[in-house]
Amino acid sequence: MVQAALTAPPAARRSPLRGNALPLAIFLILALTPLFAVFGAQAYVLSLVTRVMIFAIAALALDLLVGYGALVSFGHAAFVGLGAYAIGILSSHGITEILVALPVALIVAVLFAYLTGIVCLRTRGVHFIMITLAFSQMIYFTASSLAPYGGDDGLTIQTRATLLGLNILGNDRALYYISFACLAGAYLLCRALVASRFGRVYRGARENPLRVATIGFPVYRYQLVAYLIAGALGSLSGFLLGNATDFVSPAYMSWQRSGELLIMVILGGLGTLDGAIIGAAAFILSEEWLSGLTEHWKVIFGPLLVLVAIFARGGLLGLVARLRGAPHD
Amino acid sequence: MTEGISTEAISAEAISTEGISAKPVLRLESLAKSFGGLRVTDAVTLEVRPGELHAVIGPNGAGKTTLINQISGLLAPDAGRIVFCGEDVTSLPVHARARRGLARSFQITSILPGFSALENVALAVQARAGTSFSFLRSASAEAALNAPARAALAQVGLAERADVPAGALAHGEKRALELAIALAMEPKLLLLDEPMAGTGHDESARLVAVLRELKGRFPMVLVEHDMGAVFALADRISVLIYGRILASGTPEEVRADRAVVAAYLGDEME
Amino acid sequence: MSTTLLIVQILNGLQLGVLLFLIAAGLTLVFGVMDFINLAHGVQYMLGAYLAVMFYSLTGNFFFALVLALLAALAFGLLLEFAVFRHLYDRDHVDQVIATFGIIMLLNQGVKLVWGAAPLSLPIPELFSGSVALMPGLLYPVWRLVIIASGLAVALLLYLLVSKTRAGMLVRAGATHAPMVAALGVDIRRLFMVVFGFGTMLAGFAGIMIAPILSVEPGMGDTILILAFVVIVIGGIGSIRGAFIAALLIGLVDTLGRSFAVDIMRLFLSPAPARTVGPALASMLIYLVMALVLYFRPAGLFPAKGR
Repeated sequence: MVQAALTAPPAARRSPLRGNALPLAIFLILALTPLFAVFGAQAYVLSLVTRVMIFAIAALALDLLVGYGALVSFGHAAFVGLGAYAIGILSSHGITEILVALPVALIVAVLFAYLTGIVCLRTRGVHFIMITLAFSQMIYFTASSLAPYGGDDGLTIQTRATLLGLNILGNDRALYYISFACLAGAYLLCRALVASRFGRVYRGARENPLRVATIGFPVYRYQLVAYLIAGALGSLSGFLLGNATDFVSPAYMSWQRSGELLIMVILGGLGTLDGAIIGAAAFILSEEWLSGLTEHWKVIFGPLLVLVAIFARGGLLGLVARLRGAPHD
Repeated sequence: MTEGISTEAISAEAISTEGISAKPVLRLESLAKSFGGLRVTDAVTLEVRPGELHAVIGPNGAGKTTLINQISGLLAPDAGRIVFCGEDVTSLPVHARARRGLARSFQITSILPGFSALENVALAVQARAGTSFSFLRSASAEAALNAPARAALAQVGLAERADVPAGALAHGEKRALELAIALAMEPKLLLLDEPMAGTGHDESARLVAVLRELKGRFPMVLVEHDMGAVFALADRISVLIYGRILASGTPEEVRADRAVVAAYLGDEME
Repeated sequence: MSTTLLIVQILNGLQLGVLLFLIAAGLTLVFGVMDFINLAHGVQYMLGAYLAVMFYSLTGNFFFALVLALLAALAFGLLLEFAVFRHLYDRDHVDQVIATFGIIMLLNQGVKLVWGAAPLSLPIPELFSGSVALMPGLLYPVWRLVIIASGLAVALLLYLLVSKTRAGMLVRAGATHAPMVAALGVDIRRLFMVVFGFGTMLAGFAGIMIAPILSVEPGMGDTILILAFVVIVIGGIGSIRGAFIAALLIGLVDTLGRSFAVDIMRLFLSPAPARTVGPALASMLIYLVMALVLYFRPAGLFPAKGR
């Protein structure tokens, strides 16, 4: 079904600017923001853009699933939540060492992705959407019932993760640059994945799974691996999020959050990776700006989403490509 | 280990209908499939010999595509066995059969429209060239994949169109691409489901020429309506009517068979 | 755990089931016939409740409020269809998810703007207030019985409409293969509109009926929406019969699960962990059921689309 929106070849779909100009620009802006933030409310800008980068990691992972694999997951927030709860729970027991907490977060996520993936990937289309939602709801309710860890009210994270005893995430700037590094790493990983042999089979399976199977590839196995990778990246995002907000609650994995992640990816432009970052930025920054204007900002944001869905095919990147009269669209 | 498909040793002329010493590449044993009350495949028993081009003909609705679907694994038969290169593959999934050398082309073009023609074929090459669980190296830069892919494209006459998005190719070119994909799989058996469907006269002739060149390199099952192509290419022909094999033999034998002429060929031949 | 409690909870389960059916029926039809994921169906349910409250405060009579609210809900639903949904029928499910998500945002905030964020309530009509003794020692609220009865009545009506009328046949055909129906010359746009309008009314009706016993507040449609999706996925998309059976199943499993989870857990665990695990398991129960059903029947129990 997503096939219809993605008929342009991957190269043409990628960016309205030549080659790597767009991602270089994005990362340059992100790298320089803390320097410019000195002119404004520094802490505020830093924390806002940190949040953008953290969600961009989750959005990248989701783009991998939705944009490149046509696997529309409505339960992606579950992985974000798992990562956040990993650091939350461990921190509450005094374990803050990154070298322990991060692997735990990743392993739990991959395990969850595996157990749910083997069921989800047997389904197609809307059934896939619903079953990913169902599994994330299960995790959501499990978290809500964890009374010792705050239950519905959530858990305050007293101490952020430390590396070999060093409080490297304690400083907002440090956290910013670490998130930046993680985003850069995630982005490069996704780019490599998509262009690799694995990526070719996986992308082929989105275009024509039957064809790929008759060439000799067990499509299911490739999709499962992609699902595991996306889950791990989502968990990384959650891990950083927990540290950035010093808080975790079941709301981090609500279906509304999963919906917001989908919006981010689509807003930016599905199947472009750059779009995931742009979409995350657009969503979070608009949300921040609009909620500053009025308490009832959702009355504006809601219809905006509707308009984006109806008119902006290919998201913001697609819009830019069309405005520039790019031949591929 | 292949069975009797040393293609240098066997050429089309060497295949005779009486007494064959090499084991069949494909053997269908009493294959049966029903949809509801309709018997689409009725106790079909068929053999494809090494190196031969075996055509399957019959009127529309005879169950030819269903038969191909069962052989390639898209459809599970209700009864019977499919033996490929001496191995019972009846319960194997599609991709496992493809791995063992069973390649097919589709009646309704089934390619990857968003990929370039080259990438389509490179994917097929990739299936035979080591593992595809490689995550970091760029696949499109791999000469080990591109070179065989270009070769396959050249064989079907698409060398100049390698970098065109497959979705933008002309219909006949897409049919040729289907063939190139199948060739790149280094098949032990090629299932061709109406490769000339919808092609014009020139493209049809071109495909016939390509198939003639490929004859003898590996066995092929050719499902076709184009009788000219069938009688020009086939070593043996099986006639499928209402799901069952009415006759099976050399083109001359089939052409002379009264039952076949009455049921099918009468309208097709002058 | 007494028999009285069990019967009460079974009835509660039926009531929830019937409510879910009213919502799921419209959802499964819209999905089945138009292949349209309508996340906004939950806010249509919420809107029904709010409109009922509003018309009741204007007329002072529940039944007038019911009729007016139904008509208003239908009008609003058709407006949404005309303004937004019909532009999205040919689009990917993802686009539909985004758009309807936006509608949810708009309406959840919109009702806050219009009616405030505080929960509202609606009194049960005099005629049906109070409880009735179904058995000695078993008192059950009359209104809940009314809900069950009206839900079953609607189910019967739907069954007759869909299986005995020509329009119903078109709907069933559309759910099986919409392009074919269009190719046969049926005005598919009008069919879509009718199906959509009907579904909207059903959801609104559910909201109106539940308003007297539940608090009417922003976001009340969200949880029920997820439950309704679970119902249609289990029942089979496009199948009203599937929606009915799945809705009753989910209603019963969820209600009984929540009531007796702790007790059942106590059979295996000691009281303290049972009290934590029980409710958690109860919340997850219907999702486990859905996962199980989809594992064995990836297309649901009664898929409408031909296989």
